[in-house]
Amino acid sequence: MRVLAGTRKGAFILEADEARNRWSIDGPFFAGWEIYHIAGSPADPQRLYASQSSGWFGQVVQRSNDGGRTWQPVNNEFAYDAIPGTHQWYDGSSRPWEFKRVWHFEASPLQPDVVYAGVEDAALFRSDDGGEHWHELSGLRNHSTGSSWQPGAGGMCLHTILLDRSNAGRIYVAISAAGAFRSDDGGATWLPINRGLQSEYIPDPNAEVGHCVHRLAMHPAKPNVLFMQKHWDVMRSDNGGEVWHEISGNLPTDFGFAIDVHAHDPDTVYVVPIKSDREHFPLDGALRVYRSRTGGNEWEALTHGLPQEHCYVNVLRDAMAVDRLGSCGIYFGTTGGQIYASADSGDSWNAIARDLPPVLSVEVQSFA
Amino acid sequence: MIRVLLPAHLKVLANVTGEVEIDPKDGASISAVIEAVERRYPALRGTILRYGVRERRPMLRFFACNTDLSHEDPKSPLPAAVLDGEEPLLIIGAIAGG
Repeated sequence: MRVLAGTRKGAFILEADEARNRWSIDGPFFAGWEIYHIAGSPADPQRLYASQSSGWFGQVVQRSNDGGRTWQPVNNEFAYDAIPGTHQWYDGSSRPWEFKRVWHFEASPLQPDVVYAGVEDAALFRSDDGGEHWHELSGLRNHSTGSSWQPGAGGMCLHTILLDRSNAGRIYVAISAAGAFRSDDGGATWLPINRGLQSEYIPDPNAEVGHCVHRLAMHPAKPNVLFMQKHWDVMRSDNGGEVWHEISGNLPTDFGFAIDVHAHDPDTVYVVPIKSDREHFPLDGALRVYRSRTGGNEWEALTHGLPQEHCYVNVLRDAMAVDRLGSCGIYFGTTGGQIYASADSGDSWNAIARDLPPVLSVEVQSFA
Repeated sequence: MIRVLLPAHLKVLANVTGEVEIDPKDGASISAVIEAVERRYPALRGTILRYGVRERRPMLRFFACNTDLSHEDPKSPLPAAVLDGEEPLLIIGAIAGG
């Protein structure tokens, strides 16, 4: 097992055997830099990509061919296609598109050298040579609604990329705060898929775009079923995003960032409810993962091994992952520097790291 | 030789220690020197001057001979003492953040 953690001050790699009892921690890699995401290739687990950035020096992309033992900087130029045009700023004024950082890498399930990058200001890039060159899939940003997209509080980031393994042309992305989009032709053209979302904080609560989608999740065996943690509301679509319906059910609060699906049960979903958009910490100071075994609406609190008092951390959108072992492991990182792991689908939890910098992202590689 | 002192993070990224030396024949201005540094250390591309516009990143400054050169024309000649190697060209990151 290998857990890849991106933090505010570097990357860390945690390893354990199948029992997942004892973890080694290696790092920090790229010490002092923000690592928004570190991800592995499903086609070659030794191939890793890391997004290394700083306010001083901009973006660096690192690639490893040996599971993170050594790294090589690859191309860090993300040039928008043609004249990039404008999007809306927080106050409604127009701002030119400007690259700031890579939020998320999603490697092809079949080809180690093919990797997608979701960036801020929101755009999708692809490399076909392991990061040596990047080209924009500009049909997304050039969608007719693009000039009306606005940033969320964290910036106008493309933070989620889902590749449908059963349909090579189908890609889902999510952008804060534009919403969710789907391509059925490999990224050439895009369709907003936000029908059914209702966001009371925007002028038209049912608008085609403008929803602050925090995260999407999908089980590869049911690629038409999508789960979404929106700013507020946990949502589900059963038809590839054509229509969404709310599944918040009995959650104590439906604000949050992270959401993921059990590796072996497409109807088992996990979220980490956060108190509100004003108070980014768990309700009542108790860190609780909520699990639904029914695809939503009916949720149970998972607390065993998690702090149940005086806990005021956040769990960010890319900081939850699941492994592929028989008893599916669940992992999440906190802004307090802890990484919690469950080897029994969430029934019990242990901190496998306690004092890292604030955790921005968590990915898991299973080798069983 | 022109002596260039990089910020600590960029030294790590370029895998260098100490100063970087650039032959004045490769450039006698700030922009030419940085381009020469980038050619020798491709990992530094885009980290000092932004891609496309080739402007200094806002949280970096250029100093030499006790003078802030950050707002000078980057294509203007460097001071003679820098070209002679008596004084280094300092690329300095803003002291900010946590």
